[in-house]
Amino acid sequence: MPANNFEYYLLMPYIVIGVGIVLSVVLEISTKKSKELLPWFSALLFFGTAIYSIFNVDQGLVLFSGMLEVGGKSAIFNTIFNFGAALIVLASIDFMKKYEADFGEYYILIQSSVLGMMIMASARDIFMIFMGLELMSICFYVLAGINRKKSSANEASLKYFLLGAFATGFIVYGIALIYGTTGSTSIQNLVENFVGYSSNILFVLGMILFFVGFSFKVAAVPFHMWVPDVYQGSATTVTGLMSTVGKAAAFSVFIIMLGAVVTYGAPNFFKSYFAVISALSMVVGSVIAISQDNLKRMLAYSSVSHAGYMIIGLAAGNKYSIAGIIFYLAAYAFMNIGAFSVISVIEGKDDSRTGIKSYAGLQSKSPFLAAMISLFMFALAGIPPLAGFFGKYYVFFGAIQANLTWLAIVGVLSSVISVYFYIRVVVYAYFKNSEEDFEIESSVGTYAAIIISAAFILILGFFPDMLLGIITSAIK
Amino acid sequence: MNIQLILFFVLAAIAAVTSVMVITRKNAVLSAVFLVLNFFALAGLYLLLNAQFIAVVQVIVYAGAIMVLFLFVLMLLNTETEHGLFVDKRGIKFFAILISAFVFVQLAFLIFKGNPSRTLTADEAASINAGTIQTIGHHLYTDYIIPFEVAGFLLLAATIGALVLAKKKFE
Repeated sequence: MPANNFEYYLLMPYIVIGVGIVLSVVLEISTKKSKELLPWFSALLFFGTAIYSIFNVDQGLVLFSGMLEVGGKSAIFNTIFNFGAALIVLASIDFMKKYEADFGEYYILIQSSVLGMMIMASARDIFMIFMGLELMSICFYVLAGINRKKSSANEASLKYFLLGAFATGFIVYGIALIYGTTGSTSIQNLVENFVGYSSNILFVLGMILFFVGFSFKVAAVPFHMWVPDVYQGSATTVTGLMSTVGKAAAFSVFIIMLGAVVTYGAPNFFKSYFAVISALSMVVGSVIAISQDNLKRMLAYSSVSHAGYMIIGLAAGNKYSIAGIIFYLAAYAFMNIGAFSVISVIEGKDDSRTGIKSYAGLQSKSPFLAAMISLFMFALAGIPPLAGFFGKYYVFFGAIQANLTWLAIVGVLSSVISVYFYIRVVVYAYFKNSEEDFEIESSVGTYAAIIISAAFILILGFFPDMLLGIITSAIK
Repeated sequence: MNIQLILFFVLAAIAAVTSVMVITRKNAVLSAVFLVLNFFALAGLYLLLNAQFIAVVQVIVYAGAIMVLFLFVLMLLNTETEHGLFVDKRGIKFFAILISAFVFVQLAFLIFKGNPSRTLTADEAASINAGTIQTIGHHLYTDYIIPFEVAGFLLLAATIGALVLAKKKFE
């Protein structure tokens, strides 16, 4: 139990979001104006929590008899989740109106999913990881199908639900084996006695099943088959949420479970597993993305290959690479949310104008959007000095430190492949003539989200040490 | 004869009679209602064994949630025109009898082998104690308070999600 004020200060983000959810429900019930109020209320909550959390990274504490770790590494993740969710909320305001799906519940579900992610990233007990994962996933299943009139959204929601439940089955079976061999669900116990347990084949099997389940959640090959349909069918802003902060939450669990390897230098028994799925994800994601004409589908495959780059860091399993993953996740959140925000502005009502043809001659229709989509595409391709480059750089550096040079080389090669399909969008926007004629409806919220994302991509690109310093102070 | 023994005989009689009723009724809805009654009698038996938590869960989850679901399905499907399972399938009937006989022999063996008057070991006493409401409540509100709270939010989110997907009206 929190015994003094200091512990309450560190718990504040969880309390704020939790109370925020309850207040939002009350607001939704009691007033007709909730549709206009809730987006701004959620954005305020998320921005407040994000800024508050970043100041707590240098003080970590484990509370509630070893259940919840507040401050430290979890504070960094809380910042990423809340900042990403805030940008998504801003981008959603006009987008959801376009589809006439601007329910107050949409924002309540986003808040709940963020609470689930925060619980996952702060867990010190496998029980907590599971509760947080379920809270996040159930909100995502609903958010994917929030636009019920669109049949592809229904398909996305059902597919995500069935395959997500399947992945959860793997995770629960893994947890059962881990609990059966260690006799406890505490991660502290797991980390301290990791080397002893790892001689037990059932324990290793449990860990592998657990990691397989989470490989589903981060969309790594060969567990990626749900990604293209779900990312394409869901509302564009929801895709932005799932592909950035949702992925960050799953990676936070990987980092927590590999704590013995990362923090105490235990031998990394799972190196070959991570190396294989990472190499496969990078290559398969990049190669298939080349042939995609739909921008959302292309970004779905690009998200698979980005998951591959991040998993390099898990295979390397040293402090450089873990700091690199967290930096990459932050940079990726800004790049992808920015890109999906631009798509959500250009997208027409009934799922039209998501193909690359609609981007032809964008420069003459809206110079601002053309410049922004080019910036996001350059950043995703990893062109220096934008944020995406430093994400990849730190992860590859960690891999070389861990004698995984071949994996870093595969990563560099697949980045080279990926440049083709990212730059293709820029070529369409600037050097092709427009074939379709449509009006772009500007929207204050979405433009704000785009500008903030772009600003952070530039800031993180020019001053990467700023964020990296905070991250390294948190993971010590 | 003490009150416990009287209660045991009453509840056991109800459980036995209702379980026979469940399999002999022609109407499936009636079977389901007798099954609910059977669950209540079993919950009473659990209470007599000092397994309070299992008794409560038996009533809330089995008799409450699962059987209501059964009843809904039975009422939505028109079961009266269905043929009985065993009408022209002798093989299934044979296997059903075989499996029930096997389970019955197992249970009978355990009952006659057991010695009700022996003293409990420390482990057994601890495991009986773990089933009481006090112990579970104590753990739930101290060590596991945060997962408990998160479960509350999980149910809230699931309710809201179900409402959004099923009930929201589009103009």
